[in-house]
Amino acid sequence: MTTAPANAFSNRKSSELAPRLCLLLLLIIAFSLATNLNLWFQDWPGNRAQSANLLAVAMGDARRLFADHFFVKADAYFHSGMYPTIYDNRQSFQTPHIAEDSGAMKGKNTGDETGFLGKPRNWIDAFGRQFYPSVHTHLSEGGANGSESEATVGEILPWLKFSTELDPKRVEVYTVTAYWLRRMGKIDESEQELREGLRENPGNPQLLFDLGRLFSEARNNPISARNVWEAGLRILAAMPEKDSDANKFIAEQILGALAHQAETQRRTNDAIAWLERLEKVSTTPQSVRQWMNGLKGQKSP
Amino acid sequence: MKNVWALSSVVLKESVRRKDFYVLFVITALITLMMGSVNLFHDSQIDRYLKEICLLLIWISLLVIAITMAARQIPAERESRTIYPLLAKPISRTEVLLAKFLGCWLATAVAMIAFYAFFGLMAMSREHHWPLTNYFQAMWLHWVMLGVVIALSILGSLIFSAVSANITITSVAVIFILLVGRHLDQVAMRIGEPASSLLMGLFFLIPHLEFFDVRDLVIHNWPSIHWLVCAKATAYGAVYGAFFLLLACSVFRRRALN
Repeated sequence: MTTAPANAFSNRKSSELAPRLCLLLLLIIAFSLATNLNLWFQDWPGNRAQSANLLAVAMGDARRLFADHFFVKADAYFHSGMYPTIYDNRQSFQTPHIAEDSGAMKGKNTGDETGFLGKPRNWIDAFGRQFYPSVHTHLSEGGANGSESEATVGEILPWLKFSTELDPKRVEVYTVTAYWLRRMGKIDESEQELREGLRENPGNPQLLFDLGRLFSEARNNPISARNVWEAGLRILAAMPEKDSDANKFIAEQILGALAHQAETQRRTNDAIAWLERLEKVSTTPQSVRQWMNGLKGQKSP
Repeated sequence: MKNVWALSSVVLKESVRRKDFYVLFVITALITLMMGSVNLFHDSQIDRYLKEICLLLIWISLLVIAITMAARQIPAERESRTIYPLLAKPISRTEVLLAKFLGCWLATAVAMIAFYAFFGLMAMSREHHWPLTNYFQAMWLHWVMLGVVIALSILGSLIFSAVSANITITSVAVIFILLVGRHLDQVAMRIGEPASSLLMGLFFLIPHLEFFDVRDLVIHNWPSIHWLVCAKATAYGAVYGAFFLLLACSVFRRRALN
């Protein structure tokens, strides 16, 4: 008589114990796997947690997409919001104007930048144009109402800052930021921006060229400028992809700056030597030859 | 009309008791103030990015408030069965619907005044000038647009069975119109028939809510819009709002309450 309740009790006990044991077993397996996988994860190249940047951890490579968006946004601000969408004709906006003006990027723009909207397609389009910016303006030339000071060009800076925060490897954003800061008279901030860029991209020739430009134009320090430019050239020469279009463009800029500096310092032989090198990489060798001939003419009498 | 006012005031009071607005307002203010505290090259006069972020948050918040509030009105009355005693009173179904619309629209106006007052104060503290006309036009056009959205949401609450479905579909439709509405004709011209004609038809059929979005003009200090253009946009919004409301009234009159 006593065996039946005793069996029922032991059955109930074992049915309660089994799930608990399973849970314990799963915990032990998870713990063992974690200790094993953690070692592998620390060495894994795709481990985002290695980065000290919170944005890099949170967004991964997607942040580069946003960085690009913010860079274009800065250009839209430069035009006071009048900017083509993906549906409009973007021929005249292939290179952001803020980058083209600063010399950070080689311009690929063609066509009329003021008329990308074209004629109104219908009454909805015509009426709608009164509710968004539809007149081409530049912040550096009076902005939307035509009377804004040159300082308002600073409105592009937050987006450039966000862009560099998201993608510190994007060199042209540092050079564009530094250029516009310099135009606003913020020389210290401009130098700081370039140095920050060099910290993230050590020895980058484009950044070195801009740092040299800052030394030459804003700091009146031609010796430092020359040293930085020459360092840029050395780094460029050692690069495996030195013959790429982008690097040729930088070399052209540096050689041109060095030749110009030598010319103004009346070091004609040096200037001619720089121009001879420039002629080889320039997209307009005839104008370089003309410049060189002019210098040779000065030298001969 | 007296009935409509009385009922709409109930909707307004009810919206004041809800916490949606307060939460969204605090989030908007916190994010804006946090972004404003960022030191950008030691220049305290840079403010357009802040105006853009603040206005974006205001637009999102007010759309959420308007759509969710309007979408809940009739289903909530039906669920709690308060619709029966309400309609037992000398009030028609059309009046109930109009009152619900008016209550929601006024409630968004109250919320909007608070949001834009914050925006104005923030912008003034940075720019040291206050283009009142531009702000008023932006706020007015925004309010007219919300009227269309509320009417659409009320219509949706009578068509769709669940509140969540209505909120999702109305939100998607409104966002779609705001983002790509004005480009539909360009897309139509690049694709083949019959999709092209269908898309072109849709382009002329939909309410172009992007007319009422003048944020870029406010952010970049463009001159104010001509008042006649503003009046035309208001009339355009009123026509679409009235159309959606009439459609909603017609559906509500025929619909069984259970």
